[in-house]
Amino acid sequence: MTSYAIFLGCTIPARQPNYELSARKALAKLGIELIDLANMTCCAPPPIQSINLEASLAIAAYNICLAEEADLNLITLCTGCFESLSIANTMLKADKQLKAKINRILSQAGKEFLGSKEVKHYLQVVTDDVGLERLKQNVSKPLTNLKVAAFYGCHALRPSELLKFDDPERPQIFESLIETLGAKNVEYRNKLKCCGGLLRGYSDDLALNMAREKLVNTTKAGADCIATLCPFCFVALDIGQMQVKLKFNEIYDMPVLHYSELLALALGIDPEELALKTHKIKVDKVLNKII
Amino acid sequence: MPEKTQPKVTKQVKVIKANEIDPRFKYEVSKVPGAKKIMICFQCGTCTADCPIARFSDSYRPRKLMRMTQLGLKDRVLSSDNIWLCAACFTCVDHCPQDVEISSVLRALRNMAVKEGVMPVVFRDLSSNILKTGYAYVIPALRLRKREEQGLPPLPKASLESIAKLSEVTGFSELVKKKKEESE
Repeated sequence: MTSYAIFLGCTIPARQPNYELSARKALAKLGIELIDLANMTCCAPPPIQSINLEASLAIAAYNICLAEEADLNLITLCTGCFESLSIANTMLKADKQLKAKINRILSQAGKEFLGSKEVKHYLQVVTDDVGLERLKQNVSKPLTNLKVAAFYGCHALRPSELLKFDDPERPQIFESLIETLGAKNVEYRNKLKCCGGLLRGYSDDLALNMAREKLVNTTKAGADCIATLCPFCFVALDIGQMQVKLKFNEIYDMPVLHYSELLALALGIDPEELALKTHKIKVDKVLNKII
Repeated sequence: MPEKTQPKVTKQVKVIKANEIDPRFKYEVSKVPGAKKIMICFQCGTCTADCPIARFSDSYRPRKLMRMTQLGLKDRVLSSDNIWLCAACFTCVDHCPQDVEISSVLRALRNMAVKEGVMPVVFRDLSSNILKTGYAYVIPALRLRKREEQGLPPLPKASLESIAKLSEVTGFSELVKKKKEESE
């Protein structure tokens, strides 16, 4: 069994039990142990980096220090957390001066960043630690006939130099994991472009236009659902459909599921256990197709 | 397909006066982590062409912001709403032929704007949430109570004391509080 310190962040515990439940259950089934560490705080996401980069790096590094003390690598579900913690980890490992500066700040909270641990997104853990072969053997309810539009979002892939997740122009990891579950990966236009999630609250019109384009293009491609990795992309595309209906008078009725939910269903976990009612756009169409 | 917006009547462009220019600005920006290469932007416009925001916005043009920064138009850049429209997708950073980290330059500009007293409401709210609860988004008490019945382990508490110390020493808490007092 491989163990990781889980970094949950805020949005998942605040509003997406469907993400946390499916990820915890599916990863446990695949032999990945998640350890909840005390004192974890915010990952200091891009809006906080916008206010003060040094403070953000210190806050992110503080969380990495907790994992270092517990001698565990970190696993994240939210790609926003993945980005914030990874860029801090990589920037501090690469830049001695910056590391010394941040360590002076961290010493006020009794911490020292060593740079001895990795920050991984759970897709990487499933691909690297479990492996596609073993994952396939564990699939008891293959998602045959389900056409899935993978949506990476921005912060799994970029900034690619710092995250080293996959080729940002032609990523494959997500598509491979979808097909290993027996589903069909559907390509669609402008797949790798931002959903506008981070502009919600600052420029709602822009954000909604960007989210709407995803709905238009995945619908045109004939997808049964969109699969997401990031809780903000999920909000932009799931709740976003209610707002698109109000503003554009368009109904897409496109279910949006986190990959972890598809994974849990394919591993035979009872849908009743997954808080699927959290979804604004009902997922019944998807369930009917696979059960 | 993005909707085409009607071309707007060009506003009268304000003449740039020499005393508006701060020749040290670009050096100041280039000292910030990630913003080092601002000087070698040669204005090809790849950042703007590939930007997912620029496709839908009438005003957000990262290339223009890079040039204004190089020219030292500090006040115009730092007071511009446009620097806050970057969604930090980092496509421009990956595509720039000169390896300028455009998105990181914009982040540096936002950090500077905050020091000058600019902080959009949503950014201030997220920042104060961290100081108050340890997280940018507040986790409702109801959700914490519901975790057990849903079969989720209790959520460990964030260390507010450590956040307070880190925020104090970096000046983060002062920036957030200062702005809040001003706006009240």
